[in-house]
Amino acid sequence: MKKLDRKQIAARVARDIPDGAYVNLGIGLPTLVADYLPKDREIVLHSENGVLGIGPRPAPGAEDEDEDLINAGKEPVTMLKGGSFFHHADSFAMIRGRHLDYCVLGAFQVSVQGDLANWHTGGADAIPAVGGAMDLAVGAKNVLVMMEHLTKDGKSKIVERCSYPLTGARCVNRIYTDLAVIDVKADGLHVVEAVDGLSFEELQRLTGVPLKRLASAA
Amino acid sequence: MIDKFIATAEQALADVADGATVMIGGFGNAGMPAQLIDALIAQGAKGLTVVNNNAGNADAGLAALIGAKRVKKILCSFPRQSDSWHFDKAFRAGEIELELVPQGTLAERIRAAGAGIGAFYTPTAFGTRLAEGKETRRIGDRDYVLEYPIHADYALVKADRADRWGNLTYRMTARNFGPIMACAARITVAQVRETVQLGELDPENVVTPGIFVHRVVRIAPLRKAA
Repeated sequence: MKKLDRKQIAARVARDIPDGAYVNLGIGLPTLVADYLPKDREIVLHSENGVLGIGPRPAPGAEDEDEDLINAGKEPVTMLKGGSFFHHADSFAMIRGRHLDYCVLGAFQVSVQGDLANWHTGGADAIPAVGGAMDLAVGAKNVLVMMEHLTKDGKSKIVERCSYPLTGARCVNRIYTDLAVIDVKADGLHVVEAVDGLSFEELQRLTGVPLKRLASAA
Repeated sequence: MIDKFIATAEQALADVADGATVMIGGFGNAGMPAQLIDALIAQGAKGLTVVNNNAGNADAGLAALIGAKRVKKILCSFPRQSDSWHFDKAFRAGEIELELVPQGTLAERIRAAGAGIGAFYTPTAFGTRLAEGKETRRIGDRDYVLEYPIHADYALVKADRADRWGNLTYRMTARNFGPIMACAARITVAQVRETVQLGELDPENVVTPGIFVHRVVRIAPLRKAA
């Protein structure tokens, strides 16, 4: 079996974003997806801090780097023609008001029902920070999660019930991991695809919670 | 005659009292009214409740205000960052109270205050720890959490250009919380890069109408070293 690396997961997510989509990429790993969006599709990237139409990263120190032009991860970005700026309440109206077609979020855990945990480890000493994750989780038309399938000690991050505090309940539509793509549906988890050399049985063993084979495309 | 221009940041903040609630615009450093915050530190008001998306970065601005132990409570969505050491230290020492609010709920609570809304239902955070103890309601086929507005005594915002009526324009993503905070405070103080004559701002492009702004201070941008 050949696990996907982070860039390959990002490229796999990018393949599923259609032409014309309005998309929010979460901070951290999901930001990588921007680098792999197919060039022949017009996809409008949104960021919580009030911008639509984010373009490529400027070269470090480049003339187009501007401290007033950043993304939600507070990294410098550029603008595409057709882009726009707006205040924070409008930005979250776009999110919460179901105007975004997709958001891509990282996760600590996703449950079989599509509950998402990605904001807090729950540790007594941890300083919590939620940002826009809870709004994105309830607001985007399609909530895509990208994460490693297993924790560092080999436990599945797809679980019966999240042990970490929830970001949103029953909100995840599709999970992309280094091992598989899995849809979250009302009747359970459906495996869309697995990496080369990984059988359904082995994926099932690693994941622990019940998986269904994808019904044939017909 | 209406003239909201004030000569210095210190004068603009002279009447901030101990225990005031102060909204501070900005998302990270973009839109953060750094010189107004410096003036607030110099002014000495303490026991402040601060509303900002974050809890300060590195050693300047809001981080310095927290470092100077002037903040007793902060409402924000994302305090923990790689360079939020002043907040982290104060929080772990039990010196600062944190009300963690999802970012969209924070924005809408500020907006609601400015718009005269008594409360609102949002689907955000339903079923999570951040909705514990809050009133909820099922409307149609969704569950919602009741949230209340956040009013402030002062809003400190950074805008780009202003005229003497207090009309404001912003620059790129430095806009962020500025326009909604300007509406939500009893006294809104804007620091701007440039002041212009009445009529120079295209009315089509005014983002914050002057009715929401009370004091304007021009802060010349630092020139970059050549």
